[in-house]
Amino acid sequence: MDVVLLQRRFSEYLTSLFNEGFLDEQFKQLQELQDENSPDFVFEVVTLFFEDSERLLNELAKALVQPSIDFQKVDAHVHQLKGSSSSIGAGRVKDVCIHFRNFCEEQNIEGCLRCMQQIKHEYSLVKNKLENLFRLEQQVIQAGG
Amino acid sequence: MSLKMKKSSHHVHAVAVRLNEKLPMKQRANKFIQLTRARLLSMLLIWIVGIACVAVYIYNKMEADNMVRRREVLVSMCDQRARMLQDQFSVSVNHVHALAILVSTFHYYKSPSAIDQETFAEYTARTAFERPLMSGVAYAQRVVHSMRESFEKQHGWTINTMEKEPSPIRDEYAPVIFAQETVYYLESIDMMSGEEDRENILRARATGKAVLTNPFRLLGSHHLGVVLTFPVYNSILPSDATVEERVEASAGYLGGSFDVESLVENLLGQLAGKQAIVVTVYDITNSSDPLVMYKPEFPDGDMSLLRVSKLDFGDPFRKHEMRCRFLQPPPTPWMAINSSIGFFVICLLVGYIFYGAGIHIVKIEDDFREMQQLKVRAEAADVAKSQFLATVSHEIRTPMNGVLGMLSMLLDTNLNTNQKGYAQTAQACGKALITLINEVLDRAKIEAGKLELDAVPFDIRSNLDDILSLFSGKSTDKGIELAVFVSDKVPQILVGDPGRFRQVITNLVGNSVKFTERGHIFVQVHLAEYGKPLMDTKTEPAFRRGPEMVGVIGDGQFNTLSGYEAVDDRNSWENYMSFIANNELPSDASTNWTSDNEAGTVTLMVTVEDTGIGIPLQAQERVFTPFMQADSSTSRNYGGTGIGLSISKCLVELMGGQISFTSRPYIGSTFTFTAVLRRCEKNALNDPKGPLSEALPTCFKGMKAIIVDRKPTRGAVTMYHLRRLGIAVELANSSKGVLGAVRGQSGCLRTRNTKQPDIVLIEKDSWISSEDNGLSELDLKQFGRVTEKTKLILLGTSISNAESTKAKSAGFDETIVKPLRASMIAACLQQILGMGSKKRHGKEFPSGSSFLHSLLGGKNILVVDDNRVNRIVAAGALKKFGANVECAESGKIALSMLQLPHKFDACFMDIQMPEMDGFEVTKQIRQMENKANEQMRNAGSDGKGELHMPILAMTADVFQATHQECLKCGMDGYVSKPFEEENLYQAVSKFFESQPV
Repeated sequence: MDVVLLQRRFSEYLTSLFNEGFLDEQFKQLQELQDENSPDFVFEVVTLFFEDSERLLNELAKALVQPSIDFQKVDAHVHQLKGSSSSIGAGRVKDVCIHFRNFCEEQNIEGCLRCMQQIKHEYSLVKNKLENLFRLEQQVIQAGG
Repeated sequence: MSLKMKKSSHHVHAVAVRLNEKLPMKQRANKFIQLTRARLLSMLLIWIVGIACVAVYIYNKMEADNMVRRREVLVSMCDQRARMLQDQFSVSVNHVHALAILVSTFHYYKSPSAIDQETFAEYTARTAFERPLMSGVAYAQRVVHSMRESFEKQHGWTINTMEKEPSPIRDEYAPVIFAQETVYYLESIDMMSGEEDRENILRARATGKAVLTNPFRLLGSHHLGVVLTFPVYNSILPSDATVEERVEASAGYLGGSFDVESLVENLLGQLAGKQAIVVTVYDITNSSDPLVMYKPEFPDGDMSLLRVSKLDFGDPFRKHEMRCRFLQPPPTPWMAINSSIGFFVICLLVGYIFYGAGIHIVKIEDDFREMQQLKVRAEAADVAKSQFLATVSHEIRTPMNGVLGMLSMLLDTNLNTNQKGYAQTAQACGKALITLINEVLDRAKIEAGKLELDAVPFDIRSNLDDILSLFSGKSTDKGIELAVFVSDKVPQILVGDPGRFRQVITNLVGNSVKFTERGHIFVQVHLAEYGKPLMDTKTEPAFRRGPEMVGVIGDGQFNTLSGYEAVDDRNSWENYMSFIANNELPSDASTNWTSDNEAGTVTLMVTVEDTGIGIPLQAQERVFTPFMQADSSTSRNYGGTGIGLSISKCLVELMGGQISFTSRPYIGSTFTFTAVLRRCEKNALNDPKGPLSEALPTCFKGMKAIIVDRKPTRGAVTMYHLRRLGIAVELANSSKGVLGAVRGQSGCLRTRNTKQPDIVLIEKDSWISSEDNGLSELDLKQFGRVTEKTKLILLGTSISNAESTKAKSAGFDETIVKPLRASMIAACLQQILGMGSKKRHGKEFPSGSSFLHSLLGGKNILVVDDNRVNRIVAAGALKKFGANVECAESGKIALSMLQLPHKFDACFMDIQMPEMDGFEVTKQIRQMENKANEQMRNAGSDGKGELHMPILAMTADVFQATHQECLKCGMDGYVSKPFEEENLYQAVSKFFESQPV
């Protein structure tokens, strides 16, 4: 395929991610950090984020099915998730995390469970989108861009 | 966003729930109120019933009194009548008795009889007045049958019965032999032929006393009457004679008829009040069948009252009584009725008044409760509104930042001119919107009490210069004079919130610039005089102050900055004189302030004076109300939301001051506010964090300047700026004087300063007017030649290119367009004096990443964060700027890596970490450093500086409290997480600037 076309598609896709709020400014900064010294910086960080997040989500799921929920623990997990998501610029996940923490503070189980669902949803969405993005990037690179 | 909205709606819901919780209480309260209402009503009813009873009682009581009185009247009247009747009766009876004795004496004891019919008739007729009650008297002789014939012969007539017939044969007869003329018809009639009379006669002779018959219709008058019969004995009998003796001795009977009816009528006629009572007389010998003796033809009369009086007519066998009644029914007791009704009505009214008052109280209490609930609701709504506003503004800010970011990215791309223009417009609009949102957010934050002020040292003078430069473009365009003056007494460095201080002044100056078309805007900062009530003039209308308060100088202009009249709540002329006088003091007067106030606080008074359109009088009251502009047309003409002043007011109050203004329409407004700031500790001035502001160049120290300005105020402002540069200044009223001074260089100078001025600054209008006054260009040129070294500078609010050229040709070395700022003047002077300003240029910020690169390049930096992703991103960002980064994933590891000695130049630390948080780690690091420093000091090696590794907190939240905590536990600053270039630069530059790159 044409490199220019691919590149355009890549940038359009990226812009759509920004517009839909999946990614924010921070992701852009992350991309800026990527240079010759660390060519796969973004990919590495994002992969790390995936690993981390999946571990955290599992822990969260486990913590939330306990008969008596340890809100401090949940809050700590969500804080972690919030930190990493804001670091890679996954804005929507971060926003849900903020709400999640509010509910934790209020010890609102229902709210927490609802946020858990949202987080899972948002996470899977952003993961999907990012994977697509990397795939496109790979294609660009393979096409020689 | 949507989630946030949900949250806020949830909050509103929470407010509603809180209100609902209050509802039962409300209902209970209502119940209580209703109870009181019902109670009041029942109390009123009970009261009414009570007073009705009392009224009835009063009525009855009075009525009973009336009755008693009436009865007494009746009794007395009745008794009186009975007694009189009885008396008259007994008088008559006595007389008849006397007649009987007369007859017995002269008819029987005398022989022959001394009495015949004629004598009797005459005597009785002549004594009739003695017997007013008796129609007539007659004497009947007792004749036994055996003697009838002889008797009849003797008298010459036969004995007749009542029916005028010859009497049948009987045992004995009682024919009338003597009769009064009135009853002459009775002669010869046998009185024993009538049943009544016969009984009477028998009874009379048996008892020897007067006896009465039953009442009957009298023969003559048909009136009711009774017949009185007296026995006449032929011998004097002892008083205890037996019945037989009496019968035996009886010789005849004297009788008389009482016309009771006319008798009683006569009697009553004699007595007053005859009409008032009805009198009936009864014979009640047979008690079961009372016989009427007298009955008037009147109706029965009032049956309610009856008085019965006993009558004794002297006949023990017969009993009589008199019954009296009132003729009229008792009169209506108006008195009693009126009294009781009056009482009732009065008490009813009193009761109703109390009831009304009670109901009123209840209603007011009810209303009060309702108001309270409404107040609670309104307050809740207000809080909800503020929160909503805060939330929404915050939420708008986020996408707006995105929009702005995208726009700036767009501007970086290759755009044609049109596109660039569009994008720039969009960006400008977006920035304006963000500013507005920030204002709203500020306002909401202040309302919610969340705004906290910084306390950092700052230089108020450069702060004000910065503000002026913001508005310099606009003021130059409009041709208005914009100036700032800070009193020498105000300390150089103050501790406070420069941002907020600046926000207030910017707002006020912005308003002034917006509303001023001509004249000036003048910002002054003075120390507020202690103890002087600053705000006593708060809303006093400005027009009360006469124009004489404003100093008017010679040519009809006002002694203000621009010559236009200004409104000031202080006596401006004296004010200026005093600060000009202050300026005559040695310029190191600033040392004074350190000694005079030990409290460490400084109260500044800032006035912003303009000569704009002013504020309409009717709008002056609501100037500080949010979203209120003077009137709606204002916002149409000048734009703006009107929120600025209310924010300023809140900020000023937060700074411990007050804000006020005076304004006169079409003259101008003067806003004055005070702010309490702290003095800066002296040693803190040498803060390692670097200069608080751009230091002004010191290379002008010792120079001398002359300012030519006709307006002392404006001259003082210029002087102020020059003196900040360390230049000695003289103020001259006109250029002639200056020229004179310069020309006559030798010794006869009027100044003690023999040094020739280095600079002469001439105001544009002074120059122009001096041209008119004959100071020709030639003179100036000549002057320029003479004083080669002296530089001429033209000052003006707006200097067009043509004017500039003209000035150049007139010998001016430079023109300076106001507003004046010390740094600007410095730059200008450096240029014309040919001084190098490398130092300043060296300080030009190589902003952005390149500078960061130079700061961080080669530095060893430790990043502590428990979150892997965060760590790598932070490390990546720092590496990008050339730093060598190492990572630690917990506070403990970080501590172990930072054991002294270590190679790190700085540490970026996450705050929230499990096990050991950032604060704790920092504290421990600082402890270690302190210990090492102590040892070093003890060891005497003071060559090297003390150990102090910069530690920067990485934090996602932007709360003031968190920041303060960071500083408290020994951190040097904070960077937001994720990193932003500017933010990072600001934080990092504090530490690495002084270090060699």
